[in-house]
Amino acid sequence: MSVPLQAGMESCVGPEKGELTPAFESQADELISRYPVSKRSAVLPLLHLWQETFGYIGPRGVEWIAKKLSLQEIQVLELVTFYPWFRQKPVGRFHFRVCRTLPCALGGSGKTFAALKKLMNLSSDGHEGAMISEDGLFSLEYSECLASCGTAPVVLRNDEFYEKVDEKRAADLVAGCR
Amino acid sequence: MAITQHRLIFKHIDAPGYTRDIACYRKHGGYEMLKKGLGMGGAAIREEVKKSQLRGRGGAGFPTGTKWGFIDPSKVTKPIYLICNADESEPGTFKDRQIIYKDPHQLIEGMILSCFANGVKLAYLYIRCEFTEGWRILETALAEAKAAGFLGKDILKSGYDLEIHVHRGAGAYICGEETGLIESLEGKRAYPRIKPPYFPAVLGLYMCPTIVNNVETLCNVRHIVEMGGDAYAKIGRPNNTGTRLLCVSGDVVRPGYYEFPCGAVTLGQLIYDVCGGIRNGRKLKAVIPGGSSAKVLRAGETYKMKAKDIHGNTVDREVRLEDLPMDFDSLAAAGSMAGSGGVIVMDDTRDMVECLANISAFYAHESCGQCTPCREGVLWLKKILARIAEGHGKEDDPALLRDVADRIAGRTICAFGEAAAWPVQSFIGKFKEEFQIRIRRNGTAAKTDTVSLTH
Ligand SMILES: Cc1cc2nc3c(=O)[nH]c(=O)nc-3n(C[C@H](O)[C@H](O)[C@H](O)COP(=O)(O)O)c2cc1C
Ligand code: SF4
Ligand code: FES
Repeated sequence: MSVPLQAGMESCVGPEKGELTPAFESQADELISRYPVSKRSAVLPLLHLWQETFGYIGPRGVEWIAKKLSLQEIQVLELVTFYPWFRQKPVGRFHFRVCRTLPCALGGSGKTFAALKKLMNLSSDGHEGAMISEDGLFSLEYSECLASCGTAPVVLRNDEFYEKVDEKRAADLVAGCR
Repeated sequence: MAITQHRLIFKHIDAPGYTRDIACYRKHGGYEMLKKGLGMGGAAIREEVKKSQLRGRGGAGFPTGTKWGFIDPSKVTKPIYLICNADESEPGTFKDRQIIYKDPHQLIEGMILSCFANGVKLAYLYIRCEFTEGWRILETALAEAKAAGFLGKDILKSGYDLEIHVHRGAGAYICGEETGLIESLEGKRAYPRIKPPYFPAVLGLYMCPTIVNNVETLCNVRHIVEMGGDAYAKIGRPNNTGTRLLCVSGDVVRPGYYEFPCGAVTLGQLIYDVCGGIRNGRKLKAVIPGGSSAKVLRAGETYKMKAKDIHGNTVDREVRLEDLPMDFDSLAAAGSMAGSGGVIVMDDTRDMVECLANISAFYAHESCGQCTPCREGVLWLKKILARIAEGHGKEDDPALLRDVADRIAGRTICAFGEAAAWPVQSFIGKFKEEFQIRIRRNGTAAKTDTVSLTH
């Protein structure tokens, strides 16, 4: 079952086998039309669209995008593995990214991360790849500077952005998901 | 002493009642400069930008007029492209975000003027994908501008056509480097191109002449058209003209974004007056003045600088850290750089080993991996620093770090190599004893409350 989503509403639900709706196709075509010189330029936009719709980019997404843009599959896959935003596996329904970089670290993002990890009942350290809770509700990873260093520490929950997230706010954010 | 800001780019940002829609922008004089610019003609705009001595705000401080001058629209037969660099990924920098989220039409007007000046018909706005809301805001703003006739075919009946599209990145810092950005926009891995021959002005997007400018730079163009290049050049200091957006983060009472004429405030005024000093009643220990790639400055340092005496002779002057004017040339003379305007402040309780370990972990994560010295070297730096921070350092580690860093800078395809090496060279150079003490203390339990976060 896949929950239909609007592009941009990043959510991490559902397997890759949802339906390809006509709306999805026409969104894809609109994105491609923005690159009159080279269709290949539309790979990143289509990868975003796919991940926003299906939660991650698996073999089906790679194949579909490659075909759509007349590319080799490797020309799509090599982007999925290069760009940190893209993932090949589903994550939790609420995916948290905590900024790790110096200004946020000075502001206590290590504590925020530790608090979230505990609240979500996660194990392992999580800088490379996300940790996912057993019930699939939560996942957590570090991210690099999110360009809001003056309001450290900052957190992304799916695509919502939160500033000055101390341990207490972290607890509120997690509670808000339940 | 309160120091008043000079808000040119940030004039309306956070002003009560100001909204980001086109109606509000137009109520405040928005798109009037587009009308003026279209009347002036492209060559005249380019001339004003040259006169303004505007320097790029993306990091390198390259003169915008000169950059544009590499391309002569009347001679070039290929299409010319313009890309707005809204990747804003240099740690410590959060100024472009304010413009995109709160005053997007200012950027769009500056961008249209810059495109018109350089004969550009198709432009892209490359925005980091973590700005999801910013992306939607820009899509809306572009649609509004198009509906009002400021974009698309025959803009304001001038016969000039322009399309601007937003392109989202995907979480890689190296997409901020202009040739990496171009590769990424072509749908490839963001591997920076080697220069020569791939200067964007010659072989840029789709191997055509391309101008890449930062968000803040393009906004400035709108104001240069408004006031004229000469008047603009009177703001700030010679060769450091206009205002500068400064982002202050770390251990100050009031972190945030501020705008001053270039060089009008000193580093000391910025930290102590504007930002209320060091928080928790502590003292300043170190400051990185231009984004995490810039070399660190140590409290108590003095710098030798050239200055003119009352008779106009050039003399050497000792300048304290607190008295460093926040402009391109002064920070360069102090051995660091104004970079992207991100000022990161560290107080006297901060462990320099941990701070550097944190920075190096960033570069290790973000190297694109094309050049061996960068890919391997930066990982070494991170691993050595992590082991020192965790209490397993070796006696020779500081020397080894120096050695590795020295072998990266200058031996890579793009300036990321320097960006990764400079913090290491400067932290080890200026805080050597802290690294040695940390290594001698080895084995004692590492603090749990660390800022290294290297994993
Ligand atoms: C590793 C690296 C990262 C960069 N990141 C950014 C960035 O996030 N934003 C930006 O505007 N410029 C960035 N730059 C600078 C760009 O390469 C380019 O010089 C700039 O966008 C030119 O615009 P300007 O002339 O208006 O400053 C980066 C450079 C390097 C080497
Ligand atoms: S210096 Fe580093 S980031 Fe730049 S091209 Fe080489 S490997 Fe890539
Ligand atoms: S360091 Fe966290 S937003 Fe910049």
